[in-house]
Amino acid sequence: MSILLKVENLSRSFGGIHANSDISFDVKEGEILGVIGPNGAGKSTLFDLITGFTKSDKGQVLLREKNITNIRPDLICRMGVGRTFQKLKPFADQTLLENVIVGALVKEKNLKVARDKALEIIDFVDLIEKRHHYAKELSTGQRKRLELARALATDPKLLLMDEVTGGVDQRTIPGLVELVLKLKKNGITVVTIEHNMKIIMDISDRILALNQGKRIAFDIPKNISQNSQVIDAYLGTVDAA
Amino acid sequence: MINNISEKLLEAKNEPLWYFNKNSLIIIGVVVLGLLLFPFTSPSKFAIHLMMMIFMHAVMAQSWNVLAGFSGQISLGHAIFYGIGAYATAYFYVKLHITPWIGILIGIGISGFVAMLIGIPILRLKGHYFAIATLLIGISFQVVFQRWPEVGSSSGLWIPINRDSPWSSMQFHKSKVAYYYISLIFFIGSFFLVWLLNRSKLGYRLRAIRDQSDAASSLGIHVSKYKIIAFIISAMIMAPMGSIYAQYVLIVDPNNAFNVDISILVLLISVMGGVGNIWGPIIGAVILIPISEFSRIYFGGTGHSIDLIVYGVLIIIICIFRPAGIVSLIPKSFREREKAK
Repeated sequence: MSILLKVENLSRSFGGIHANSDISFDVKEGEILGVIGPNGAGKSTLFDLITGFTKSDKGQVLLREKNITNIRPDLICRMGVGRTFQKLKPFADQTLLENVIVGALVKEKNLKVARDKALEIIDFVDLIEKRHHYAKELSTGQRKRLELARALATDPKLLLMDEVTGGVDQRTIPGLVELVLKLKKNGITVVTIEHNMKIIMDISDRILALNQGKRIAFDIPKNISQNSQVIDAYLGTVDAA
Repeated sequence: MINNISEKLLEAKNEPLWYFNKNSLIIIGVVVLGLLLFPFTSPSKFAIHLMMMIFMHAVMAQSWNVLAGFSGQISLGHAIFYGIGAYATAYFYVKLHITPWIGILIGIGISGFVAMLIGIPILRLKGHYFAIATLLIGISFQVVFQRWPEVGSSSGLWIPINRDSPWSSMQFHKSKVAYYYISLIFFIGSFFLVWLLNRSKLGYRLRAIRDQSDAASSLGIHVSKYKIIAFIISAMIMAPMGSIYAQYVLIVDPNNAFNVDISILVLLISVMGGVGNIWGPIIGAVILIPISEFSRIYFGGTGHSIDLIVYGVLIIIICIFRPAGIVSLIPKSFREREKAK
């Protein structure tokens, strides 16, 4: 599998806090890369750096060997990188269909074609019956699907998903996980931030673990689950006193 | 991506892109016909004047609504473009004898250009900062024109009376009916323009920016560029109203043309009617402008502020009971964004 995204020594500080320090990793085409780490590890900042929402202090982001470091988010989207947000950002006063049409308009010139494409994607995320509902009327799980549909409508080669199962009830989680796997089946490369360790271990091809802004591990799930630094980051070290 | 096309998807694809409510189309047709025939019912001069003022303020509020309602930027300096429109027709007619009809087009062009120049730096600001910046730029325009001899400084420009060629000079001294129809055309035109904008790709993008600019950006929308486009369109809708008013009163001076009251009034009309809705500015103008005109009749010049007090009270009531504006009282089925449920 060829390398789709390569991140090299990416760093960003806010005042004295190093949100990301010298983060390096790569994403292969067609894989699911999980990103884990405790709260404040720098996971969402990493997504913001890759997608241009935050400027990096150092390092570079290469998309198919093309340097996309610090360019505008809209241009990065047009290059084939889609994303969802940890704190959901639906267009609340617009319908689900209108939300997704906005994404489809990135590639489609004709409004009718964009509408039809948006409908196909809404069907893909199993929300076709809700297409005329305003985003503010949807449940959290449905809004997660909305954001996913909206990002998919831009025809991304790489999709960054920030906590897709976060804040949703237990019954909704399997459907969302299934959806992520469906994306992979359809050839979309996924990088997903996830707190649910069972899910991330099950669906990821590889996992990037962060702690306090630093990369502590980057490996296959089996090795990650046995990595002492990862265990320490999540459970803390045992004081030998 | 899609392998199996479900029945529901096929059904959804067969739906029309936009729904047109027959009842609302009939109502619009009847109202437009009524407005076209209104001058034939021998109305008083005041009635004609009042209707004109409603049309013009509805257009101005529609202009403000394009910026605030579509892209979410609150402007407190929209009088800039009204003033530019007024000065453009007056200046080119007085100094260069160019017909005000061309002057209107020049005013539209200059307003769009000025909006772009102002917009590039200040549309990076958000919320209150943008509003304050537009307010200050609006005031500075007034100060500049007060001190600019070429445009008559504080005295402004007096448009010479021309009784020989009313159409080419856009001066109608015997009757206000021609002004009525000119403002009606702009009223219908602006409504149609915003209706089209609402249904265009640009409309989708602007509403996305208004609701969540970060999400819009993540969907390939160049937020700053589209905000500037909205500002330019808004300015170009506003400018002809200044031009028409200048030809109506035959004088343009900085205190009136760039008056901050105009900027506040168009905001109040939109807020009262409903921001982000095509009907809002029309409803707001129909309610507020008669209050303003009648208070001037009953209270005279000294009682001028009475209308502002009434506006203030009405706005407070609206904000408490109907934050989405009076338009929210209209049944959904008559509004233009009704969807098939």
